[in-house]
Amino acid sequence: MIKLTDVSREFPRRGYALRDVTFHVRKGEFAFLTGHSGSGKTTTLRMIHMADRPTAGEVRITGYSSKTLSDREVWKIRRRVGYVFQDFRLLPGRTAMENVSFVLEVTGTPRKKIGPWAQRLLSQVGLAAKSGVLVHKLSGGEQQRVAIARALANDPFVLLADEPTGNLDDRATRGILDLFREINARGMAVLMATHDLELVRRYPRVRVLELDNGRLVFDSEAA
Amino acid sequence: MYAIREALAAFRRSPVLTGLSAAMVALALFVVGLFGLATYNLRLALTAVEEQVEVVVYLRDDVRQSEIDLAQTALADIPEVAQVRYVSKREALQRAQQDIPEFAEIFSGVDVNPLPQSLELELRPEARNQETVDAVSDAASSYPFVEDVRYGREWVDDLFTLRRVGAVTSAVLGGAFFTVAALIIGTALRIAIFARREEIYVMRLVGATDAFIRRPFLLEGAMYGLLGGLMAWLLTWATYRTVYAFIFSVAWIPGGWVAAGLAAGVGFGMFASGLSIRRHLREV
Repeated sequence: MIKLTDVSREFPRRGYALRDVTFHVRKGEFAFLTGHSGSGKTTTLRMIHMADRPTAGEVRITGYSSKTLSDREVWKIRRRVGYVFQDFRLLPGRTAMENVSFVLEVTGTPRKKIGPWAQRLLSQVGLAAKSGVLVHKLSGGEQQRVAIARALANDPFVLLADEPTGNLDDRATRGILDLFREINARGMAVLMATHDLELVRRYPRVRVLELDNGRLVFDSEAA
Repeated sequence: MYAIREALAAFRRSPVLTGLSAAMVALALFVVGLFGLATYNLRLALTAVEEQVEVVVYLRDDVRQSEIDLAQTALADIPEVAQVRYVSKREALQRAQQDIPEFAEIFSGVDVNPLPQSLELELRPEARNQETVDAVSDAASSYPFVEDVRYGREWVDDLFTLRRVGAVTSAVLGGAFFTVAALIIGTALRIAIFARREEIYVMRLVGATDAFIRRPFLLEGAMYGLLGGLMAWLLTWATYRTVYAFIFSVAWIPGGWVAAGLAAGVGFGMFASGLSIRRHLREV
């Protein structure tokens, strides 16, 4: 489903952000992508999301290859891959409902279906009662839930999360992780980048991929 | 539908930024409008002066009427000549008495009419240029019974020099004003689009196509251009009315120029938006 083969990303002055990274994420799998800051976690997620391209190697996502997919066609991947950020990246000045509806609208969902579908997504993340609240008035955990609802809007097959709990307290972090587990239980793959090893240890049965200086140094599945 | 709704919503969501951007576009186009008003009136003034350009062919007293008729026909056949009028000695005297009343008594007291008969050649509007005036003058001078040919050489030379200078100045200044207006409109729209970069980012993030993302912004750019253009039109009109009422009589610019200005505003708006959005699309 997602396959990285000898993926390297070299920047002109900074050198390698990723070097010869190879791994495979299967359908419905849950995996942590760990490593210190600057180890290449975000770069890896950006490669899968086709926001950046490898300077060597190949990323394959459900039949699309980083070598052949043009920038104009990137939207085809984006509709199948949900993305969640540490800083939520919500549209300020709009309600939770409007943030989720916005995605449905720009990806061509018929207008009649947008409202009910957005409400259902907010219910799934436990925010049905706050759909009309402006996002900047929600707590950090709630904002992240809106961001997750937004990422699920296109019914993707995989959810990429880049340090989604980085700005949250322990209780909110547990809530988000529980939500990811629920989403994963419904068959959606989840690849979550985090530097929080304490958090990773709480889920011993989840696969762990560890990056260090741009190299994949550990894969719990292979160990 | 989405594009129109979003473009209108952008105006509603941030009215201050929208107002400021439209005002910048309006002021930029207002300067172009004032320049248009000045250029148009200058052109009208020059055209009015040019209409007075005519070649006067003075004839000897001993010329026969048949020779005058022949010359009149031949000169009227020159394509650049619109009309040839014969002015007899008697008519010349009457005109002099009317035009210069101070000398009316002197003229009435003389037994012999000292003024010559003449042919007045009116040129076609498109032929009122130095080369044609010279050519027609040479043609008229070739008749042996012609005493003199006058068209106020120095005055005509100055007029045509003024027109050339005016044309070059208009082109250079117009180009400069237009460029400045384009830059200001570009900057105004860049600011407006920069304020919505998160929206563009999210759209790209969730898989909206580039064309879909671009559409509302292009429309928004066109609306800024149209709104700014209409405001500029009102400002230019107000200036025109003020000048007309309190300073001197001026003419309002033709409707075609106004339409072209509005179209340029819309075009600039769309172009500037397109450039700006392209830059943001590349970033995600």
